[in-house]
Amino acid sequence: MKDEIQTPADRSANLKGMGCSRKRVEDVRFTQGKGNYVDDIKLDGMLVGDFVRSPYAHARVTAIETEAALKVPGVLAVLTAKDLEPLGLHWMPTLAGDKQMVLADGKVLFQGQEVAFVVATDRYAAADGVAAVEVEYEELPVVTDPFRALDPDAPVLREDLAGQTEGAHGPRRHHNHIFTWEVGDKEATEKVLDEADVVAEEMVYYHRTHPMPLETCGCVASMDKVTGKLTLWGTFQAPHAVRTVASLISGIAEHNIRVISPDIGGGFGNKVGVYPGYICSIVASIVTGKPVKWVESRMDNLMSTAFARDYWMNGRIAATKEGKITGLWCHTTADHGGFDACADPTKFPAGFMNICTGSYDIPVAYLAVDGVYTNKAPGGVAYRCSFRVTEAAYFIERMVEVLAIKLGMDAAELRRINFIREDQFPYQSALGWEYDSGNYHAAWDKALTAVGYDALRQEQAQRIADFKAGKTRKLLGIGLTHFTEIVGAGPVKNCDILGLGMFDSCEIRIHPTGSAIARLGTISQGQGHATTFAQIIASEIGIPADDITLEEGDTDTAPYGLGTYGSRSTPVAGAATAMAARKIRAKAQMIAAYLLEVHDGDVEFDVDRFVVKGAPERFKTMKEIAFASYNQAIPGLEPGLEAVSYYDPPNMTYPFGAYICVMEIDVDTGEHKVRKFYALDDCGTRINPMIIEGQVHGGATEGYAIAMGQEIVYDDMGNHKTATLMDFFVPTSWETPHYTTDHTVTPSPHHPIGAKGVGESPNVGSVPCFSNAVHDAFRPFGLVQSHMPHDQWRIWKIADDLGLHG
Amino acid sequence: MSKMHVKFTLNGQDVEGLAEPRTLLIHFLRETLNVTGPHIGCETSHCGACTVDMDGKSVKSCTVFVGQADGRQITTVEGLTNADGSLGVIQEMFREHHGLQCGFCTPGMITRAHRLLQENPNPTEEEVRFGIAGNLCRCTGYQNIVKAILASAEQLNAMKEAAE
Ligand code: FES
Ligand code: FES
Repeated sequence: MKDEIQTPADRSANLKGMGCSRKRVEDVRFTQGKGNYVDDIKLDGMLVGDFVRSPYAHARVTAIETEAALKVPGVLAVLTAKDLEPLGLHWMPTLAGDKQMVLADGKVLFQGQEVAFVVATDRYAAADGVAAVEVEYEELPVVTDPFRALDPDAPVLREDLAGQTEGAHGPRRHHNHIFTWEVGDKEATEKVLDEADVVAEEMVYYHRTHPMPLETCGCVASMDKVTGKLTLWGTFQAPHAVRTVASLISGIAEHNIRVISPDIGGGFGNKVGVYPGYICSIVASIVTGKPVKWVESRMDNLMSTAFARDYWMNGRIAATKEGKITGLWCHTTADHGGFDACADPTKFPAGFMNICTGSYDIPVAYLAVDGVYTNKAPGGVAYRCSFRVTEAAYFIERMVEVLAIKLGMDAAELRRINFIREDQFPYQSALGWEYDSGNYHAAWDKALTAVGYDALRQEQAQRIADFKAGKTRKLLGIGLTHFTEIVGAGPVKNCDILGLGMFDSCEIRIHPTGSAIARLGTISQGQGHATTFAQIIASEIGIPADDITLEEGDTDTAPYGLGTYGSRSTPVAGAATAMAARKIRAKAQMIAAYLLEVHDGDVEFDVDRFVVKGAPERFKTMKEIAFASYNQAIPGLEPGLEAVSYYDPPNMTYPFGAYICVMEIDVDTGEHKVRKFYALDDCGTRINPMIIEGQVHGGATEGYAIAMGQEIVYDDMGNHKTATLMDFFVPTSWETPHYTTDHTVTPSPHHPIGAKGVGESPNVGSVPCFSNAVHDAFRPFGLVQSHMPHDQWRIWKIADDLGLHG
Repeated sequence: MSKMHVKFTLNGQDVEGLAEPRTLLIHFLRETLNVTGPHIGCETSHCGACTVDMDGKSVKSCTVFVGQADGRQITTVEGLTNADGSLGVIQEMFREHHGLQCGFCTPGMITRAHRLLQENPNPTEEEVRFGIAGNLCRCTGYQNIVKAILASAEQLNAMKEAAE
């Protein structure tokens, strides 16, 4: 047999298992335009829904006139809050324990808020209908500044909460206050600050931005009145959670709801939440008896679904004269917009912001976060990050730089003397986390060497001299970042969303001829799950990845799981996949032993087969074992070869990385050029290096956008000024830098295959890295802190404020 | 609203249909003709997800009225697959070099790359980066897209040479 002459290495390569850059199986259909995204779905008699939206940021809605709209050809229905109220659906619960209007109930709280839902035969008729709905508004005073929102005389935004002094996360101390969340030892931290040699203090603002996947959010709801079954296709990052929430709020029994996430055109956190469009489409389908599609326009998307960040982080960091950090204090004012619709695990109203001690061994720390209502869109989603990790990383990586300035130290050296040492893992952080593994010094040294750090600093010194001598108008910035993430939410003991524990799942069925199908509770939005999860199974049970079909996203067939966001797919569902595979392998071992007529313990797994120990010529391949499991009666074993695993991780995983950016800055124009961007990531065991590298390129580009120009801006009237791609910066290929990727491998000790997750690391790490490069360029001229995004005008302004324009 | 009759060649085949004059080409393609390769990412000419080829030029079909397409030759990503159903060179190179992730920008990106390589069969990296700057990708950071297009150029040129 050919099989017998193959070496184990050949057999292993044939599997295309973990560690190989397997080409993606998804791409054959995507490159031909044969993807199936939600807007591609077309059903018989399907109608289209579109929203009438508020032009005001804060106003009373005194009348809605729908008659004219109903006369528009093609318009079948116009829903308002009045129509939803009898069903109890005019408001909906948010993921953060607040509630949100589905359609304006007497008032609006942000520009672009959903006021009425027009249902028509096609998108043009729906748009005509929207234009024909007349709404009368009575303007109210607007507040867009979260500090001003807490003034005693600030306008009352949430009149529905009048008199409620207790919110979902404890006491509310003001009518626009949502919660205060405190972690750490306040007293001890303040004592350290009072007694420290050196304290650096700074307000670090991480501006409001938006995930903006290229595909907007949308759904198709189809209520089959005959079977009583509701099918809901949509851009859902968590299809099972949507099914449960839809059941709870609509009263439709959960077995009568089928939620399907088809191909998703990027998510980045935008598609975790539940939006009014979903509810309205379901109701419209029930009312009209027809399938109803709702797909956001880009403007709808940027105005109403899922902003990210908007954290004002006031920090104090204490250190000895030698630069040993002794304490960290942070008070954050979090702008949540008109409704608290953050997507965080229930017990973490500010997400995992308490990872803000970063990569450093800081003995004491204290964090408080105040959530505030303003007249802006709700959201606060984890945009390509694990629940506010990006904010935390930006905060600490800025504070370390600010401290380096205060100490007159090199920022690379300051980091080095404060890193958690390899021998300290598992490391208990002052704010309550147990870091699983890391080797920060090794990664840091590798990164500094790779970019030639010392030579860069020399070049920079020369540049400054030249600049001062009038020989150049360009400055050189060297941006440093060492980040630690916390991903893979998470242990059910402390992580749930709306009471649903954040485990995940995988079911594997081996077919008689030795191929397989696996289904997971997660859903890919471009991460290539169909490719990588098959690689895990291939390595674990010795079936070629090419012989494994992978399915996600259909709640009627996939096992229950909490979905894909917060880099949780590999840490949680990836673990479930390995565990399910191991159950199959355990059964396969018994079958092999039976077939080979030896004891179970006398056979061992060898790439794609079980061999008799000490007699490698006696073996049964997985293919043979699979067939036997279906056609032989094996004493003591059930027929078939299937397994399911629900995996509740014992801990989060803690990927980390060292990023370095070299940036040229033109002092007179404010233009910048990224000369080099080096990204070293340690995500533990690497499943598919090609895909990891792609994730790093993409995440770093999103970070580049955020740091260098992208923001969601409102004027004082609450007008949204960045609702199109003309105003909202998304980098093209032209301005996007070139990236050099690198890695170290520190496996997670508690994960079955040691993998930590990587999708979000580059966004978490690159934002401070780009920002630090800008700051570093101006450090010799006295710049300590300036707010992102560092667009051309802001950089020019920094130079101007520092007197560099003469 | 009264409808107009439109007729054009799509991926080598004659197609026709009725549409309101205000109908945008992207909607006509996707919703009337069920050609769903070209996508909608903005409808304001910024993202390029809707890129198709019209009479030898890349156009953003969200900014073309269906009437303007009348009598034209239109190619979408569906038309770039080989006659035997296998992936065309650019499609194959995107797969080979991991030039896509969610795949949403991909049809527009490949259609644009196809035209770019007709306009300039030997582009430099800079020229590729400039030439596809009308197409946004939110996932890949472009690096592997650029790689895929440069590799496509090489392969297409080699094929041309072999044919001569
Ligand atoms: S949809 Fe046409 S350019 Fe974006
Ligand atoms: S692959 Fe997702 S937008 Fe390009």
